[in-house]
Amino acid sequence: MASLVGSRVERKEDGRFLQGKGRYTADINIANQTYAIFVRSPHARAKIKSVDTSKALKSSGVVGVLTGKEIAEDKIGGLIAGWAIRSEDGSEMKVPANPPLAKDIANFVGEPIAVVFAETLDEAKEGAEKVKVDYKVLKAVVDPADAMKSEAIHDGVDKNLCYDWLLGDRKAVDEAFAKADKIIKVDLINNRLVPNAMEPRACVVDYNTASEEITLYTTSQNPHLSRLVMSAFGGVAPENKLRVVAPDVGGGFGSKINVYNEEIVCSWASKKIERPIKWVAERTESFLTDTHGRDHVTHAELAVSNDGKFLGFKNETIANLGAYARVFGTVTPTYLFGPCATGVYTIPAAYSNVKAVYTNTAPVDAYRGAGRPEATYTIERLVEKAAMELGIDKTEIRMKNFPSEFPFKQTLVHTVDSGDYVAGLEKAKQMADYAGFEARRKKSEANGKLRGIGVSSYFEACGIAPSAAVMSLGCGVGLWESAEVRFNPTGQISVFTGAHSHGQSHDTTFAQIAADELGVPMENVDVVHGDTDKGTFGMGTYGSRSLTVGGIAIVNACKKIVAKGKRVAAKMLEVNEDEIEFKDGEFVALKSNKKKTIGEVAFACYLPGQRDEMKSPIPEGDEPGLIESSFFDPANFSFPAGSHICEVEIDPDTGNVKVEKYTAVDDFGRIVNPMIVEGQVHGGIAQGIGQALHENTQYDETGQLMTASYMDYTMPRADNFPEFNLGFTCTHATSNPLGVKGCGEAGAIASPPTVMNAVIDALGGQEISMPATAEKVWKACKTMKKSNAKAA
Amino acid sequence: MKTFNYHTPKDVKEASKLASTSSAFLAGGMTTIPSLKLGLATYKDVIDIKSIKKLSGIKVSGKSVTIGATTKHAEVAASKDVQKAIPALTKLAGNIGDAQVRNRGTIGGSISNNDPSACYPSACMALNAVIHTNSRKIPAAKFFTGMFETALKKGELVEAVEFEVPEKADYQKHPNPASRYAIIGVFVAKHKKEVNVAVTGAKSSVYIDKDLSKKLTSSFSSSAIEGMKLDHSEMNSDMHASSEYRANLVSLYAKKAVEAC
Ligand SMILES: Cc1cc2nc3c(=O)[nH]c(=O)nc-3n(C[C@H](O)[C@H](O)[C@H](O)COP(=O)(O)OP(=O)(O)OC[C@H]3O[C@@H](n4cnc5c(N)ncnc54)[C@H](O)[C@@H]3O)c2cc1C
Repeated sequence: MASLVGSRVERKEDGRFLQGKGRYTADINIANQTYAIFVRSPHARAKIKSVDTSKALKSSGVVGVLTGKEIAEDKIGGLIAGWAIRSEDGSEMKVPANPPLAKDIANFVGEPIAVVFAETLDEAKEGAEKVKVDYKVLKAVVDPADAMKSEAIHDGVDKNLCYDWLLGDRKAVDEAFAKADKIIKVDLINNRLVPNAMEPRACVVDYNTASEEITLYTTSQNPHLSRLVMSAFGGVAPENKLRVVAPDVGGGFGSKINVYNEEIVCSWASKKIERPIKWVAERTESFLTDTHGRDHVTHAELAVSNDGKFLGFKNETIANLGAYARVFGTVTPTYLFGPCATGVYTIPAAYSNVKAVYTNTAPVDAYRGAGRPEATYTIERLVEKAAMELGIDKTEIRMKNFPSEFPFKQTLVHTVDSGDYVAGLEKAKQMADYAGFEARRKKSEANGKLRGIGVSSYFEACGIAPSAAVMSLGCGVGLWESAEVRFNPTGQISVFTGAHSHGQSHDTTFAQIAADELGVPMENVDVVHGDTDKGTFGMGTYGSRSLTVGGIAIVNACKKIVAKGKRVAAKMLEVNEDEIEFKDGEFVALKSNKKKTIGEVAFACYLPGQRDEMKSPIPEGDEPGLIESSFFDPANFSFPAGSHICEVEIDPDTGNVKVEKYTAVDDFGRIVNPMIVEGQVHGGIAQGIGQALHENTQYDETGQLMTASYMDYTMPRADNFPEFNLGFTCTHATSNPLGVKGCGEAGAIASPPTVMNAVIDALGGQEISMPATAEKVWKACKTMKKSNAKAA
Repeated sequence: MKTFNYHTPKDVKEASKLASTSSAFLAGGMTTIPSLKLGLATYKDVIDIKSIKKLSGIKVSGKSVTIGATTKHAEVAASKDVQKAIPALTKLAGNIGDAQVRNRGTIGGSISNNDPSACYPSACMALNAVIHTNSRKIPAAKFFTGMFETALKKGELVEAVEFEVPEKADYQKHPNPASRYAIIGVFVAKHKKEVNVAVTGAKSSVYIDKDLSKKLTSSFSSSAIEGMKLDHSEMNSDMHASSEYRANLVSLYAKKAVEAC
């Protein structure tokens, strides 16, 4: 039987998605449901003096109005930060309370203050307009660079500082810098991004007054985790009385990891008003209240020798957490960022110092890549600048500092098990026709255009693990994943996974793996996820962990199925277990060549009694049935890596930047489905180009979000991209039996510096910040013209 | 969205009668519907004029192109007759927003709304258009009176727009990367006796740039306006583009338009 793993199997989910048959949270309606509309703060920072709900309660169709007062009285817990980070001085991070409905103070525009439930959506909106909130507007803190000098927005959080974290050795770095020939410096802004999942957040809550069970349908990347958090911290219901279902989810990119205010409030309220509740975010609410991404202000330095060896690295970053610390909010700019900031290079001494600050803006959390795009941007801008200043070719300087062997002990934390960075960069150079660039540059110049080329070599650490290590770094939970494989008596297989697919194609990839392990056709395998009532438990999908952690749990559960199958087949074929070989879905008795298919064995497992001549096939000590589960906790992260090369052409008259060529060579270890992996890379690169050239979240000085719709926030579109030229190299991961590495975030990690390095190359080294919008580039072109004229 | 009365009048007269200070005509709905949904506008009456046959269609004679008010951008973009008479107009229509917008948005809605960054108003100005309403004919120069303002009175309905066929014309637009409206758009039309350079997006409402028009009237070549610095003191400055940048673009795109003529 040909292996399914490695082949371009068409996606099982395409049929339903392309025909509009997906079933999303907003598609779900419960009889007798009410509609929720949230009253949100129009101010970035304001004291809530009073909330008057009397008029709203009398409004037509309104069933109930609840505020921060009631939720506090019912002792419903707030939103949480999932990782405890310690400051350099050993002190614990400062985390303000984040109640689901703000009672005393509002800290960002869009923060929920009250909620109105009504018979229809329009009546809920009418009612919400009648809730009168009396605010005392306070001066907002908006700019992260100024936050530490501004008035504290949260009680007990001095200087708005959550933590001042250090990883690395300052003294060793100082010594390395003292010996350097040259210090390369950059000041960078990693622009804030709005995730913009295609499906806005939503929830539908159904409270069963008889069983007292709450069913929450929600747009979550991790339903089991949501249930755990809502139960343990929210106190909404005990876990066994709370069912969380995340059906089809239209994209998350990290923004649907968190348990949000609306889900907690609606779950709590459904029990209170004894009616089902439906809430669907409007796009403006998504812009204002989905967790945002990035938002770093960084000063970084690289100490180099004249021949291009890297000697030391410094990273001083201010990370904007927004108004509150959320689930991955505190770890994203620390352990997901700091260790990766030294990149794919051997650098003898390094440190990352991160000050995380609170501001009156939407909370910032994980967004595709989470910390690693920021890290890669930091080091790859530095490396490119070093090449320029030292007059060394930008690929040569990288090769010079790549590790010479694997495992590669990285300066700060990671031991990278496998990789071949030289092969990746060589292949990228070839595919991009790096050698032919100067000719293309000349041709552009002849047409009055500026052409630039940019490179970025990256590695990233994903599939965060093992649990013991992450918990020692402050994580509140373990980061294993579970699977259960149920072989039904009639031969179909249900694979339950704790991972969740919201664009990752698990239905297909996981079915490929299970079908290969069990030797059955893929059509017989159904992948089930997204419902706490189906399957064991799970940590969900983010951080490119689904395959490397969740997929392996499936493999291991399948192996247990085969092991039991062997014992049963041996009894059926009346031979010893060690005389049985399992191959292509058949248990074969080696001597006699008698066989039983895995389907026959499965059927037999459910027949523990006597039937015709057959006595029970269940060996002594075994139980009936053929259901196995596994919890997999990998030995290490997985470390995908690669090199990307981009070419841009700039029209100096308008400042328009056109991405002319984009080449990506990635090492994701063994690839299960190349077509799906390419799709993941395409999406990631598109988001990265979006960050580099288009997307710009802007708050004004009072904390109003200026870019709160698609009229003002630029999402990249298909016509902003060239055809992506993708290639792969392969070194197997050693931390899991399939040898796979995560691929979901790599594109978004590698591409922003690749594009910016190309833009800056075209501008003759003149640095500009992301996004490189036409006007910014136009201004830089003018400056360049002036300095060229002076030089001439 | 607040509730409203929805009307489908069968003719212009009935439509006009239904209009009040709290009503809107519904043509493509590309502006009206989002405004309603976002609560930026509330109307008692929404008067759908799409089924009034008389308002839709394209007529081309030797000297003019007349486009009915509810004719969609996509229809103009695809019209062979318009393409032959004034190719710049099909180009303009074909680059409005995106496919969805072009399949619903109408010329009547566009000029009645007079968004400062809409494309059609510049064509009207440069092509000496006459706006036919149910009560009069208004020259374009008198029609666009200010930001989102026109000479239309209550109950007055645009029926059609009549463009003069020029010798040559071109439209050049620098799209807002987010909305794809015009950051600036320049419509250059060379008529027998004069050249009109109409600019949209740069100021509070569409206007004829007199300096550019004059220079090109005396010599219709890109070198006549090459590198011309425009006064940007009255130009829009917002998060998408500074006034200085807009001034640069107007001058540059005028030149590009002349070169494309
Ligand atoms: C995403 C997006 C991108 C866009 N990009 C562009 C662009 O690049 N360039 C561009 O020019 N435009 C652009 N538009 C505008 C669009 O093309 C329409 O022209 C515009 O929305 C109005 O036309 P409509 O037919 O949809 O009018 P409606 O929304 O139906 O009506 C708008 C207004 O006009 C009035 N009205 C409509 N018809 C008449 C009439 N016959 N007589 C009197 N009053 C009338 C209505 O009362 C209402 O006040 C864009 C719109 C969107 C949503």
